[in-house]
Amino acid sequence: MTDPAAAPAEMNQGGPHHFWRLFTIWAVLSAAADPLFYLLVGPHLPPGDMGSAASGDQFDSNVLFVIAIPVVFAIVIYLLYAVIVWRARPGVPEPVSGPNSHGNFAIQLAWISISTLIVMGLFIFGTIELVTSAGSGGGEGPVAIWTLDSKTPLVVQVIAQQWKFSYRYPSFGGFETDQLVLPNDTAVVFHVTSLDVIHDFWAYQLGVKADANPDYDNIAYTQTQQLGSFEVRCDELCGLWHGAMFDTGAVVSKSAFQSWAASTEARLASATKLLPAFSWTYTPDANGADGGLYPDDKDPYSNVEVYGAQPVKVSQAG
Amino acid sequence: MNRSKRIAVVSALFGVAVALSVFASMAFISSSPEVVDFTTASGQPVDLTIQTVGTIGFGVHPDWVSYLVKSPSGQWLNTTLWKLPANTKVDVTLLQFDSGSPLRNQEVGGVTGVDDAQLNGKSFSLANSNDQAGVGHTFSVPELGVNVPLPGVNPNATNTCGSAPCSLQFVHNTVTFSFNTGAPGMYRWQCFVPCGGGFLYGNGGPMQTVGYMDGFLEVS
Repeated sequence: MTDPAAAPAEMNQGGPHHFWRLFTIWAVLSAAADPLFYLLVGPHLPPGDMGSAASGDQFDSNVLFVIAIPVVFAIVIYLLYAVIVWRARPGVPEPVSGPNSHGNFAIQLAWISISTLIVMGLFIFGTIELVTSAGSGGGEGPVAIWTLDSKTPLVVQVIAQQWKFSYRYPSFGGFETDQLVLPNDTAVVFHVTSLDVIHDFWAYQLGVKADANPDYDNIAYTQTQQLGSFEVRCDELCGLWHGAMFDTGAVVSKSAFQSWAASTEARLASATKLLPAFSWTYTPDANGADGGLYPDDKDPYSNVEVYGAQPVKVSQAG
Repeated sequence: MNRSKRIAVVSALFGVAVALSVFASMAFISSSPEVVDFTTASGQPVDLTIQTVGTIGFGVHPDWVSYLVKSPSGQWLNTTLWKLPANTKVDVTLLQFDSGSPLRNQEVGGVTGVDDAQLNGKSFSLANSNDQAGVGHTFSVPELGVNVPLPGVNPNATNTCGSAPCSLQFVHNTVTFSFNTGAPGMYRWQCFVPCGGGFLYGNGGPMQTVGYMDGFLEVS
């Protein structure tokens, strides 16, 4: 009959060095999987790279995956190794005691240190990504932590209401349309507001998502970098037709955009004359159906001249 | 009452309560406005006659603003679920009996997605809500690109209609237009004017309830 105390002792003394075997398996698989994932899967992670904000989202997801894959491998490989190598065998008593059942200070120090480094590193990484150029604006108003480098971005005002989005183009006479068309390879500033309840403007493939609040000018940025269409959805439960509050936008060539903007400005000229003066926010009437309180002149939240476009005059009366 | 009887009574009452809850829930879930079928004349243009009224005057919400539709048999019905044939021209006659106001968003004052829009017999493509009686409602089917503003009637007129269905003797605007139903599907339609007076931002009540200012075009 085998001595129960002898089995655990054999694991380190007479048998293979399990730690290095585990480490080798883990290192080889991680070293192979990480670049494969980054190169083959990473470019296809949502939301894509149609805009700079989307690219930022995609990069962040890739970083998380590249860090998470070795962690997952470490757990799974150890689990499988333990099940296969250290499983109980007929005639061999279970290794319930002995030196290997005691704590290992070096291993404990290592996993606590590595876990702390990963978590703190991601905390710092996430904070930097949130407030630097990868961010898409956080409704910070005219004193945002990060703003575009470009002095001539396209300014688009997004106006949400139950249950549709409208878009005003102050650089083209301030016309308002339900079509969102953007030029490629261009810095874009979205000024997002609402005429009634809280909505959320989510241009998915552009990586732009900003709350649309009444009386508030929420700013989001992106740099378009790919032709194509993108989905626009409301991402804040806003009433009966919230689920139907979506449309499709398009990133087109600069020349096509100029052509579209010019023709739309001309086509909507008579309607544009009926629009109120361009303002960053518009105050709805909370008491009922009456309109006529559009726009709110009291608190023009942003200074359009900062962005250097050729906008219509923003109402400054108060 | 001994213990077994008490248990029996409590169990019976609990069973009745559960049954009533299930019945009420199923009744609520299965309740829906009537669907009016206009598909009988498939292939031919469909005539759709609808009206808007400021206060419907009957039902569970008599003071709510509402749409009504005239069924193929000529009866006015308080439903906004209409079954239409696919890829078919729909000739709409819309009788607007409600008053209006300046639009919160003038963009919905433009006519889009329809042919031959006329207001009281005159072609129109844009409603200036800051003039005259403003705009009371819109008939909008976003997925079809359809938007038609409905200018309000003179609120000072002496013969305004306050209870549906309204007859032509009351002051009204007649808006006519045509649109194509397109491919089969469920197309939601709604009014984009926040006309739910008395509700927050005008968007509660009839604006949030199918059967009043929202509905579906069941295109098949």
